[in-house]
Amino acid sequence: MANHISDETIEYVGILAKLELSGEEKEQAKKDMESMLDYVDKLNELDTDGVEPMSHVFPVNNVFREDIVTNGDDREEILANAPERKDGAFVVPKTVE
Amino acid sequence: MGILDLTALELGRKIKAKEISAVEAVQAVLEQTKKAEPAVHAYVSYDEESALKRAEEVQKKIDDGTLTGPLAGVPVAVKDNICTKGYKTTCSSRILENFVPTYAAQAVENLIAAGVVIIGKTNMDEFAMGSTTETSAFGPTKNPWNQEHVPGGSSGGSAAAVAAGECFMALGSDTGGSIRQPSSFCGITGMKPTYGTISRYGLIAYGSSLDQIGPMAKDVSDCAALLEASASYDKKDSTSIERDEYDFTSALVDDVKGMKIGIPKDYFGEGLDPEVREAVMAAARTLEKKGAVVEEFDLGLVDYAIPAYYVIASAEASSNLSRFDGIKYGYRAKGAEGLHDMYKKTRSGGFGPEVKRRIMLGSFVLSSGYYDAYYLKALRTKALIKQEFDKAFASYDLILGPAAPTTAPKLGESLSDPIKMYLGDIYTISANLAGLPGISVPCGKDSKGLPIGLQLLGDCFQEKKLIRAAYAFEQTRTYEAPEIVKGGVQ
Repeated sequence: MANHISDETIEYVGILAKLELSGEEKEQAKKDMESMLDYVDKLNELDTDGVEPMSHVFPVNNVFREDIVTNGDDREEILANAPERKDGAFVVPKTVE
Repeated sequence: MGILDLTALELGRKIKAKEISAVEAVQAVLEQTKKAEPAVHAYVSYDEESALKRAEEVQKKIDDGTLTGPLAGVPVAVKDNICTKGYKTTCSSRILENFVPTYAAQAVENLIAAGVVIIGKTNMDEFAMGSTTETSAFGPTKNPWNQEHVPGGSSGGSAAAVAAGECFMALGSDTGGSIRQPSSFCGITGMKPTYGTISRYGLIAYGSSLDQIGPMAKDVSDCAALLEASASYDKKDSTSIERDEYDFTSALVDDVKGMKIGIPKDYFGEGLDPEVREAVMAAARTLEKKGAVVEEFDLGLVDYAIPAYYVIASAEASSNLSRFDGIKYGYRAKGAEGLHDMYKKTRSGGFGPEVKRRIMLGSFVLSSGYYDAYYLKALRTKALIKQEFDKAFASYDLILGPAAPTTAPKLGESLSDPIKMYLGDIYTISANLAGLPGISVPCGKDSKGLPIGLQLLGDCFQEKKLIRAAYAFEQTRTYEAPEIVKGGVQ
């Protein structure tokens, strides 16, 4: 294995990804990521100096429209999907002490 | 000849001519679905009652002359990552198990306006991440040709539903081959249009710069008709492309005289099954006999498409899937302490292993210190791959090759080695990186009786060339359905 993913890195990536992995899952994730990165390192064979990164194949521009509401009031339908709701609002766990 | 032996357009014509009613068509499909589902499991869910009710409404509108299109009354299936208003859309994930969209995807709106009847939502790899439909949280779909084999993926449910006669046509989505590869494995025709042709509004995002909805059907004519009915410029999708024309069925012409077709030598190297190679080369000879000019050429950079794809797709996935946080919709873990703990527990419990693997990789390649080395490197590679295709299309109208290196693998063979599974996407993935349209058409079967798909790729906006060549090739063959349909409702 050319790439080595440390415990700290997996911990950090888990925070970024908002995933809580068990000890076993962490070990698996390390192995998976190492082998994927070994594979992705193939890209280093290519000389990409001076090549512009291409995020979209076609030019992407901001698309503007008038700020007019066109959709209806579907608050009830939207809230119906919430795991927890109260008084017409989403309920979230306490965030401020 | 029974209803299920018809193509979608043939059915549409018979409905128009009052030989078959929309309700009869839906009843035939539902009966076949009930028969085939225990073996195939193509659907995450389907709703008999609403399909029959909709068929009655559509029939009334056909009778009073409101609906006159070629697909009015035709039963259609929709992949479960494409939103249907008021009807569960799960992405085959626990995290969206009970999600009911408040709006429909633009492609679905367009199809409803065309008078189709939606039967249900098809199974898929969770969030479209996979090539076998085995990563679905609701169990795998089986290949209608042989239930020990996978249907391909991620649009495996849509491909299987069409092949098994559980609908006449279906919408799929293609991020790295997810329409073309399962179409190949299930012996049907599937097309990924040029990026931006069908609106992504209401398609639950995986890799936004690569995702494209597309048609899956029994033949090229049905595919062209479904593409025509689904595509539209849409202000609600900022990457939607306003095309000069949306008339694709006029390209259904049996004529490839003088068309220049290139075969990349790199597509026929190591890893390609000899039976697939033989069937695809025979298809090339068929097109040559019909007057096309067929040549081999060096495409270049073929081996770099998969690593570039997995960096870009995972990066975009990690960002897109951050919206699943257990607050606005979907699953929420119980017993969490505080907000962040709830996010983590919800996402860890709600996502399956392949989705977590890609979110982790995506978060890593976007993280500070690695962004340039991995993410930007992949985007630069993508630019080089696009240049290779530009060069190829300066000389050729179309590129011909296999849709996949093998026929459908057995269930359980693919997931143990992710990289091996990813390598199965080698022929399809670069079209997504370069935004190109591609089509997979059945071109034979292997000695196990499993279908083989021929893939044609065109330059951006050249769907009509693809459709013409695929249609011309198809005229030399007859559509074959698996046994599961033949023994079905007549």
